[in-house]
This record gives sequence, structure tokens and C-alpha cells, in this order.
Amino acid sequence: MPGQSLFDKVWDRHIVRQEPDGPTLLYIDLHLVHEVTSPQAFEGLRLAGRRVRRPDLTVATMDHNVPTLPGPITDPMAKAQLDALRSNCEEFGVELHGTGSGSEGIVHVIGPELGLTQPGKTIVCGDSHTSTHGAFGALAFGIGTSEVEHVLATQTLNQKRPKTMLLEFVGTLPPGLTAKDMILGAIGQVGVDGGVGYVVEYAGDAIRKLTMEQRMTVCNMTIEWGARAGLIAPDATTFDYLAGRPQAPRGADWERAVADWSSLPSDPDATYDAHVVVDVSELAPQVTWGTNPGMVVPVTSTVPDPTAFSDPDDRAACERALAYMGLRPGQAIEEIPVDRVFIGSCTNSRIEDLRAAAEIVRGHVVDARVTALVVPGSAAVRRQAEEEGLDRIFLDAGFEWRLAGCSMCLGMNPDIVAPGERCASTSNRNFEGRQGHGSRTHLVSPQMAAAAAIYGHFVDVRALAAEPVPA
Amino acid sequence: MKAISLVSARVAVLDRPDVDTDQIIPKQFLKRIERTGYGKYVFFDWRLDEDGNERPGFELNQPQFAGAKILLAGRNFGCGSSREHAAWALQDYGFDVVIAPSFGDIFRSNAAKVGMIIVELPDEQVKELMEGVDLDRGSDLTVDLDAQTVTTPDGKVLPFAFDPSTRYRLLNGIDDIGLTLQYEAEISAYEHARAT
Repeated sequence: MPGQSLFDKVWDRHIVRQEPDGPTLLYIDLHLVHEVTSPQAFEGLRLAGRRVRRPDLTVATMDHNVPTLPGPITDPMAKAQLDALRSNCEEFGVELHGTGSGSEGIVHVIGPELGLTQPGKTIVCGDSHTSTHGAFGALAFGIGTSEVEHVLATQTLNQKRPKTMLLEFVGTLPPGLTAKDMILGAIGQVGVDGGVGYVVEYAGDAIRKLTMEQRMTVCNMTIEWGARAGLIAPDATTFDYLAGRPQAPRGADWERAVADWSSLPSDPDATYDAHVVVDVSELAPQVTWGTNPGMVVPVTSTVPDPTAFSDPDDRAACERALAYMGLRPGQAIEEIPVDRVFIGSCTNSRIEDLRAAAEIVRGHVVDARVTALVVPGSAAVRRQAEEEGLDRIFLDAGFEWRLAGCSMCLGMNPDIVAPGERCASTSNRNFEGRQGHGSRTHLVSPQMAAAAAIYGHFVDVRALAAEPVPA
Repeated sequence: MKAISLVSARVAVLDRPDVDTDQIIPKQFLKRIERTGYGKYVFFDWRLDEDGNERPGFELNQPQFAGAKILLAGRNFGCGSSREHAAWALQDYGFDVVIAPSFGDIFRSNAAKVGMIIVELPDEQVKELMEGVDLDRGSDLTVDLDAQTVTTPDGKVLPFAFDPSTRYRLLNGIDDIGLTLQYEAEISAYEHARAT
């Protein structure tokens, strides 16, 4: 029998039923729920007289449309949706990490933080960035509301076995570069539809050297190149992160769990349907210029010229993107001024992200033309940052220091970018209107976002150490 | 779910790659807790200007595409966010079928769950279908899920592949959850085996 990949092992452990040549009925170990994609699913259960089969495997949080300023929620529709989540959780017996509980936050930040996310689990959520949890060697993917209802009712999903891909990061990541640059660089190379139909395993030395939070940044953006899930083999870094977390196993259970998790990494002779190599040794800090995450270049580069694209669809897409973004071909990336800076989202709002951004900000002041926002990913991240004094660094520099939530990543709450404004954002999507109607988003790492806030335009963070503090 | 097998109807063309679900249904409409009524918000920012008037340049506002039930689109249609609201909005607007060279995986699955037919055809065939559309008077296509074919007005028949279990569910209008609950004993057995 040929060797099994990490994906094969996790998948095979969760088969409840296999139709010959048909879908697999896959057992789901953890179902994460938030306010936006669940109300219609709970309503479906009610209408059919069904219950939540495993409330003990279901965990809810409020994140997408919660305000990040203190005080009552003023948007009546957002309030109705949050109220619906609260009453649904009460009615169906689901644990809720509600606003003000102290354990609330972005669903993909609190899952790992609480130790709910563990190697070998199948994890779903009505959110495409569920891929984040793959950083632990879990099979984690986003689902739609019909599937949310299906999991609530049956704790299973019908899934066709996907193709597998190995994406190997080779080379050593240069100083000043981040996990965000690795994944943006990879998407630039493979394209936004390069992973459609696949589950990907990220591997290579550069991955092994990443911390858990950095691995989460990589896996988070898996869906941005079309793959529904991205996994990283669990190792000592994974186990060290999980040890002692509230929901992690303890005592003898922990020993057994680690022994089991250690059997999950792909066998040396495992096979994949596709294999991609991304060399990180020549990577420079990445900045997106267009309206999808694959439209990305190094900060040292310029805005591309549509005529450089041979494919007519790509050329037309480039023209539309430049018109929307208000950019001209050949413009230096470092000359692009920004109006807003957003440090947050399920991609880059964890404590290490905030530390890295604060390191750049320390002793500097936000450019007078820029409004800059830091939104911690969870209430716990916010507390930790305040204990470390990071909030003071941001506030002293002129950043706003907000409460946890998805915030300006998608602007469902009041945190939106105005029409025509340009935002350096640590989030995951630069789609048209993503951060607000008419908003122009440039995706970058936390360090690059922090530097853009100080200078008022994009700068190469690698050069900052050598430069004097701007007046 | 309503059964669906044959759609013979007006076709609309949206020849852009990587149309993401944020464009299909922008975030401000995701705060609703209802499952219906999203059609008037479909492609909101592309379709309507700041005053709520139709943008004359947008593809779906062309008079020859009025009443279309079939959408011909570019590669990687429905990429991005998992919001099922995108499928609800397209369906409520009138689309029963989307034909494209490729689709976002989550959108494809969501669309099937709500009873839409998602047809994947090779890039060249989609381009050919787009070029065959009469941009003055409009054109119709016939999509037959039972036979797994797309038929053009001049009689050309293009076969397409389709997942057999999804096809069976669509043709018979079967509720997915009801189907799975038939296997309750197997789910329970799996849970017991895992617990020991």
C-alpha cells in the first residue's frame, strides 16, 4: 500500500459511510458558528423540528458585525442578527462566546486560542477562512449555510474526496519577510484559481521554521488561491502551542494525544495529485495592486502594465482593476499614498502580529494624512497586548486601539473605508468594495502596514532600520 | 428543494474572470436573517449606481439579457467568501444555471444545495457559447441535466460532466439532511467506535 499523506490520514479517520464512486459521509469533530451565516440554518432546524445533534462539538462566537468601539450596538440589522445568534444558542444548547464575555473574538482566532483546534480534527465553519485551522494539521474548510444546517442536524457532511497538492516552500526566508509575504508570493505565483478542486499541504523548511501564529497566516489565505483547505503537519511547535490551553487534553490524555498526533505527518512515500515549489529566498515584501490577492508585486516593484499580460482575460481584468484602484501602469509601489491603515483580521490580528507591528511603530507618529486602526483578533489578544504595553505604543503613535472583531476586513460593522480611499490592510481580500463601497485595498504584512501608517505611503520595511526617524 | 432538470431559456453573458461572491452579493446584505429576497441586491455595486439607477454599461442591464435564467461567466466564478447568499441572490434574481470554465469550490457546492445547475465546460466552449450569443436580440440555450447537455439555438450539442450524486439530488429535489438522517445508525456507530 502506498504511503498516506496527512490529508489522507485525517480524511480516512472520519469516514462514516462511503458510497461506491460517490460522496463520502464525513464526520465533523468541531463546528464553529458565527452570527452571519447561521440564522437561516437554525431556522431550517426549527422548521423541520430538528435539534443540534452534538451541541458539545459546536461553539459559537460573535465577530463579523460587532462594533469595535465600546457602547451599545446601534445598527438595528446587526443587532437583530446578534440577538438571533444568542437566542439560537440558548434554544439549541450551543456554547456562545458572546460580546463582553471576555472570550469573544474572531472565530479563527479563538478556536486555536482556546485549544479547540487540534491536529487530526475535521473542523468546519460557515466562513471561507476556516482554512486557518489547517495550520494544526486539522482538515478545516469553509461551508455554506445549507451545509451549516446539515452539520448542525447530523454532525456530518457529504463530501467528494478532493484532489491533493503539495506546496513546498524552499529556501530561507530573508530577514524582514513574514508568513504573509510567503503566502502572497505563493498566490502571485500560482494564481487565484491555482488551487481550485484541491486540498493543499504546505511543507518545506520555511514552513517548519514558522511559529503557529505564522502558520495560521499561511493557511488562512489558502482559499484566496481557490483551495478549500490547507494543512501543515503537526510537530513540536504545534504541541508546544497547544499544551495547557483550556480545551487541550491534560495529563495522560495529553500524552496519548501527542503520540497520536505524531503519527499524522505524511509518510515519506505519500503521493499527491500535484506538486508546486515556491522559492522564498528571493522574496521581497509583498503589496497587492489590484482587486484580487493574486494581483501582487514586491514593494520594490511597479504597478503592472495591462499590455504585459498575454491572456486577454487577464489583460482586461488588469485594466478594470487599475481603473478601480486609481493606479497607473509603471507607478512605483513605494509612491502610492495611503489614507487608511488596518491592522487586524483572521489573517493578522494575533499577538505576534501586534508585537511585530508595534516594533515598527515604537517611537514614531502616524502620518497626518492617515487614519490607522488596530483591531486585536480576540478579547484575549487585546488583554495580552495591553499587559505588554503594546496598546500604549499604538495609541502614542496615533493609532486607534479597538475591541476585537472582524472589523474593517469586510466592513460589516461601522469600520469602513470611504469610497475612493486607499487602505493598507493586513486582511486577506482586496476585492472591489470589500472594505466599504468604493474602497481600495492593498494587502500587506503587519510590519508593512505599520510602516505605511508612519510614512503615509508604502515603504520597504527592510530599509527602515537604516533610516532616521521621520520628522 | 424544487426538482430541476431542463432549463430552456434566455442567456446572459458576464465575460469576466474571478467574479467573487463579494461582487455577487455585497456584505451589507448579509445582515438579513431571512433566506429569501436577495435577488434585488445581486451584483449590487456593479448593477446600480449611487442613486439606485441601473448602470447602462453593466452586462446584466442589457435589454437583450432581460429575463435570463442561464448565466455564461468567466473562469473561477464565485471565488472567495463562503456566503451562500450569493447563490440565493442569483437564484432569486432568476438564474437557474451558471455555465463557466471553473467555479469556486464553496460556491459550486452552495449553488447545488439550493437547486441550481452548475455547468463546467472547457474554456474554448464557453468562449464559443459567448460568441454565439446575439448581442442585439439576445439568445436562448437549453441545458438538460438529465442528458447532461447544453444545446445551442443552431442545434449544436455540448455534453458536460456532472457529479452523479448531485445530479440525482437535483433531478429529484431531494432534501440533503433527510437523506443523511437515514444513516443515523451509522453515524451513531461511528461515534461509539470513536469514543471507545
